[in-house]
Amino acid sequence: MLAAVVIPNFGGGGATSCVQENRVFCFGWLRSNWRGVLEPALVQHVVLTVIAVVVGFGLAMALALAAYRHDWLERPIGTVSGVLYTIPSLALFEFLVPSLGLTRTNAEVALVSYTLLILFRNILTGLRGVPADVRDTARGMGMSARQSLLRVELPLALPTIMAGVRIATVTTISLATVAAYVCDQGLGAPIFTAINENVFKTELIAAGVLAIALALVADGLLVLVQRLLTPWARA
Amino acid sequence: MDIADTAQHEGPPSFAQAATLEFRGVWKRYPGSRDAALANLSLEVPAGDVCVLVGPSGCGKTTAMRLVNRMIDLSEGDILLGGESVLGREPDELRREIGYVIQQIGLFPHLTVAENIATVPRLLGWDRTRIAARSNDLLELIGMDPDEVSGRYPGQLSGGQRQRIGVARALAADPPLMLMDEPFGAIDPINRERLQDEFLRLQAQVRKTIVFVTHDIDEAIKMGDRIAVLRDGGRLAQYATPAELLARPADDFVARFVGADRALKRLALSTLAEIDLIALDPAGPGGREQIGRRTSVRDALSMILGGGGRPLTVVDEQDRAVGQVTLELIGRALADPSGAAGQPADVDELPDAQPAAAADPGRPAA
Repeated sequence: MLAAVVIPNFGGGGATSCVQENRVFCFGWLRSNWRGVLEPALVQHVVLTVIAVVVGFGLAMALALAAYRHDWLERPIGTVSGVLYTIPSLALFEFLVPSLGLTRTNAEVALVSYTLLILFRNILTGLRGVPADVRDTARGMGMSARQSLLRVELPLALPTIMAGVRIATVTTISLATVAAYVCDQGLGAPIFTAINENVFKTELIAAGVLAIALALVADGLLVLVQRLLTPWARA
Repeated sequence: MDIADTAQHEGPPSFAQAATLEFRGVWKRYPGSRDAALANLSLEVPAGDVCVLVGPSGCGKTTAMRLVNRMIDLSEGDILLGGESVLGREPDELRREIGYVIQQIGLFPHLTVAENIATVPRLLGWDRTRIAARSNDLLELIGMDPDEVSGRYPGQLSGGQRQRIGVARALAADPPLMLMDEPFGAIDPINRERLQDEFLRLQAQVRKTIVFVTHDIDEAIKMGDRIAVLRDGGRLAQYATPAELLARPADDFVARFVGADRALKRLALSTLAEIDLIALDPAGPGGREQIGRRTSVRDALSMILGGGGRPLTVVDEQDRAVGQVTLELIGRALADPSGAAGQPADVDELPDAQPAAAADPGRPAA
C-alpha cells in the first residue's frame, strides 16, 4: 500500500496494523501515546488558554474601566480591538513571527488580541447595564467612586462579564490549536503532526476531540464559578 | 447575633438628635441653560420636621434636595445642616450622615437585605456585631421579621417590602437628616397609603429632619409639617404648614396647585375632637346618626351631606355622646382661620404618640 510507504513513523512506538492502515480510530495508539503526546499537549493547551484569557481579561478590564469613565475612549478602543478581531488567525500568528519569532509569546500575543474585543465589550456593557438608581444610591449613601465600582458596579456587571469570559475562553481554546503553527505547543501540535503525516486520523481525531472536550469542561466550570459568584441572580 | 442580644439593645433602637436644615439664598444654574433651575431659595426646616418640596415637574424640587447632600453642587448661596455649611464638608462623608431614599429605592440587588441595611454602617467602619444588631432592630422597627428577611435578596421582596427596606437602610447609621425623593412614587395607591401611614408612625418615633420631594399635593399635605411649593424656574411660591397653605394660598399659582377642593383638604386635616362641638340638645330629636370623634371633619361633612344635611351626634371612644356637629359648625370652622381647621394635624395623625415626646424633637434617646 502506498500509505505504508509515505508514513514513516506513525506516533513513535505503537505502530500496529490499525495505525499502518490509518483506520478511523486506533485505541491502541491512544493508549500508548497518551502520556507521551496527548497529555503534555493538553496541559500546554490549558496553559496557553489560561495565560491568554487572564492577560486578555486584565487588559480588557483596564480598557473597559477607562472607557466607562471616559465615554470618548469607547470608539477608538472598540475600533482597534475590532480590527484585531477580524485578522485571520493564521495570518496574525505568521505576521508576528519576524518580531517575536516562533515562540509561545508570539502565540499568546495573538490569542490575547482575539480575547480583547469580546472581553472589552462585555465588561463595558455589564458596567453600563448597572441600573442608574443603584448607582445613584451608592453615591448618595456616601460610597467613593472606587467603593461604588468595587462593591456595587462590578459585582452587578458580573453576569455579563462572565458571559464574555466564557465566550473568550471557548474561542481561545479553539484558536490555540492554530497557535501550534508558530510555537509547536498545545493540542494543535499533534493535529499538525497528524496532517503532515498524511492525515493520521487517530491522532487528528484524538487531539480534536480533546480540544472540544476541554472547551466544554472549561465552559461548564465557568458556569459553576458564575453561579457561586452570583447567588443573587437566581433570586 | 447572640452577643448582640444583650441588655444593651432591649427596647426600640435609639435615634440621635435631628438637625436643622437651612437654605440660604441658594441658586442653581446648569451650564448652557439660561434659566436657573433653582432661584434664590431660602427656607429653614426645624429639627425633627418633615419639609415637603412640592411642585410641578421641572420646578427644581429634586434639584433642591440633591443640593443638600451635594449630589449636585450649588451655584450660589449656602446650605447649613445643624448650623454648619455643607460646602465645607467632604461630599462622601457628608452623604454618610444623610439618609437617602429615591423613588426606585435603589436597593443593591446583589446584596441581601441585611447587607443592604449594613451599607452605610460598613462605610463608617462599625464592627460586625453592632451592624447585625442594628439591622435586626431596624427590621423590627419597620415591622419585618429579621430571621425571615435578613438573608433574602431584593428580587425576592414585594415592592412595598423593598420600599420599607429602603427606609430602614437610610436610617441605619442614624442620620440627623433624611432626603426622600418620591419614596412612594412607584407603589400602587392602596399600598402607598398604608406605607405613608406607616412612615408617619415611624417618623413619630425617630423624629428625623426630613426633606421629602413629591409632585402630589395630597401626599404633601399628608406627610408634611411644612410644605414648600416651588414653581417653574425654581422659585419658592410659598412655604407654610399644610393648614396655612390650604387656608391662605399666597397667590393664584399656589391656589391652583393645591386645588379647588382646598377647603375640603383643610377639613381632612382635623378631627371632630379638635373643633368646638355644639352642645347636645336633650330635647332634640333622637335617633340621629352617630360619628366617632376621631373621624376627620371632612368625613363628617360627607356623612352630613349624605344624610340630607341632618346634624350628627358625635360620640367618644366609649360611645358616649359628646356633642353634635352641623353643616353650619363646619362652615364656621373653615371661616375661622385660627380655629381648629387651622391647626396642625399631628394629633390626628399620631393618636398614640405621647404628646411630650412628639412635641420635643430633641428629647434624649430612650
